[in-house]
Amino acid sequence: MLKFIIRRVLIAIPTLLVLISISFVLVHSAPGSPFTDDRDIPPAIMKNIEAKYHLDRPLIVQYCYYLKDVVTWDFGPSFKFKDYSINDLVNKSFPVSIKIGFLAFLFALIVGVAAGVIASLNQNSKIDYSVMTFAMIGAAIPNFVLAPALVLFFAIYMKILPAGGWNGGEWKYLLLPVFAMSFRYIASIARIMRASMIEVLNSNFIRTARAKGMSNSYVIIHHALRPAILPVVSYLGPAFVGIITGSVVIETIFGLPGIGQLFVNGALNRDYNMVLTLTIIIGGLMILFNTIVDILYAVIDPKIKY
Amino acid sequence: MSLLEVKNLSVDFDTHDGVVRAVNELNFSVDAGQTLGIVGESGSGKSQSVFSIMGLLAKNGHARGSVKFDGNEILNLPEKELNHIRAEQIAMIFQDPMTSLNPYMKVEKQLMEVLIKHKGSSKEEAYAQSLQMLDAVKIPEAKKRMNMYPHEFSGGMRQRLMIAMSLLCRPKLLIADEPTTALDVTVQAQILQLMHELKNDFNTAIILITHDLGVVAGLCDNVMVMYAGQTMEYGSVENIFYEPAHPYTTSLLKSIPKLTENIEILETIPGNPPNILNLPIGCPFEERCYAAMTECKLSRPDLVNFENSRQRACYFEKVRYE
Repeated sequence: MLKFIIRRVLIAIPTLLVLISISFVLVHSAPGSPFTDDRDIPPAIMKNIEAKYHLDRPLIVQYCYYLKDVVTWDFGPSFKFKDYSINDLVNKSFPVSIKIGFLAFLFALIVGVAAGVIASLNQNSKIDYSVMTFAMIGAAIPNFVLAPALVLFFAIYMKILPAGGWNGGEWKYLLLPVFAMSFRYIASIARIMRASMIEVLNSNFIRTARAKGMSNSYVIIHHALRPAILPVVSYLGPAFVGIITGSVVIETIFGLPGIGQLFVNGALNRDYNMVLTLTIIIGGLMILFNTIVDILYAVIDPKIKY
Repeated sequence: MSLLEVKNLSVDFDTHDGVVRAVNELNFSVDAGQTLGIVGESGSGKSQSVFSIMGLLAKNGHARGSVKFDGNEILNLPEKELNHIRAEQIAMIFQDPMTSLNPYMKVEKQLMEVLIKHKGSSKEEAYAQSLQMLDAVKIPEAKKRMNMYPHEFSGGMRQRLMIAMSLLCRPKLLIADEPTTALDVTVQAQILQLMHELKNDFNTAIILITHDLGVVAGLCDNVMVMYAGQTMEYGSVENIFYEPAHPYTTSLLKSIPKLTENIEILETIPGNPPNILNLPIGCPFEERCYAAMTECKLSRPDLVNFENSRQRACYFEKVRYE
């Protein structure tokens, strides 16, 4: 197992390098520069600014500068918010995104698994059909439709929840974004869990457990849950990626000061280093998370050995 | 009084194509310490009849009739009461030991949970008894094996494990649903030998379901031959093998290769079993029977007693001994 983890970390390095290189080329090939402005900047000043950020050097040299930044983990000042360093901005926004993302993830997992199990145990009943209807709706509605609809209903008509903002992470401000973010994952997880639970409950070893006189709840919790949750675990990797990319939309809609918003602003402002830094962080998180999923897989299924 | 007494047991399944009768009016009994063999082709209702006794039918299955165990009616009991009979009184082992053990649970837990649930044993007691049982079914290095997962066992070892698991509570009746079908021949022989020994050691009655007549001959006291969900013939193992009284039994016996004779082409029963969704009004075996008469097409022969304890369902006058 330790060998497996070390190998994954070693593989992560070239993966990240490729990620950095591709993002670097993409960001720099976008037209304009961070300092393109409506006002005309005198060419002398422009030249000074470009020199300060090494923008006057050939791309390959800029690339090397950037790699140095990555290795030292010091990304210098933001191109746009000149009073802040990128490290400061990221350090401030990161906890916001992590908190919302983690809550959404946990919420989706718990509610999704529970709904899926309940539906599978009441197969083809009203409960099952309502869960599956909900799952279909969840899969069909994109979050940029759901989020404004939630705001409209809970903030504007009912006036019970704030329409947006962070306010230091007070729970009232968390509810809508977390729900909007997790909705489609609740739906997907419920669907996967239902299907796999139904399959597991029809398998021979469940019949054996019943023949051993184990109660229904014991059979489900001790015999069926573990194998049934495996497909959900393999879905967690893509779900995590989805939640991170979804956070860009959700944070913008709810005005949350997380890395998603930072990302969007960075891209619009061509804040090269900001976009690249966030790309690495998100890429690193995905690699980390997929490794965790793989480890979890081995923990759940004894037949898998690394 | 018999240990298990089955009367008019029928099993129906609701399917999209209508109601399918998988088991039709079965009657049989098993005495303490005795072994009953149930023989028949695939789809003849052997497994479904015992699943109904254990309450293990699929959700769309319904059982009717009466099953008395130790004098108490157990058919269609609520789950809670059934759970006190399962494993405690009647245990079951299944056809495919590869898939019948939980691949995600250590062997020790799968064994121990039976004792903890039914006997209220402490973990230590349960462990000690489970270990002892693994020794009894001759699993080598039992202690090491306890801590392993089923996929680390060979097919024969897994079936030994299943047998050990079923015997933990010393049940009065063991139902073995084709216990050797998934195993190769030498392992089959070992498992049958083991069951034979355990039957004597534990004084357990056994219902052995199989389509292998050789297995029946080695282990059973009585045999019930089933076809299309019905009993064709019932009698002692000697009667069935030496004096078969039903053309179906005779045909089955003829299709066994014999070591003493050198036959080029093995005799087979022509045709296929009837579709149980649409059974003929007459005898279900009529189409394939060498002794079929017009009568057989018109109505179904009743199961009748003859020669004391024997039964058969056939119009064919002469009971032919071949």
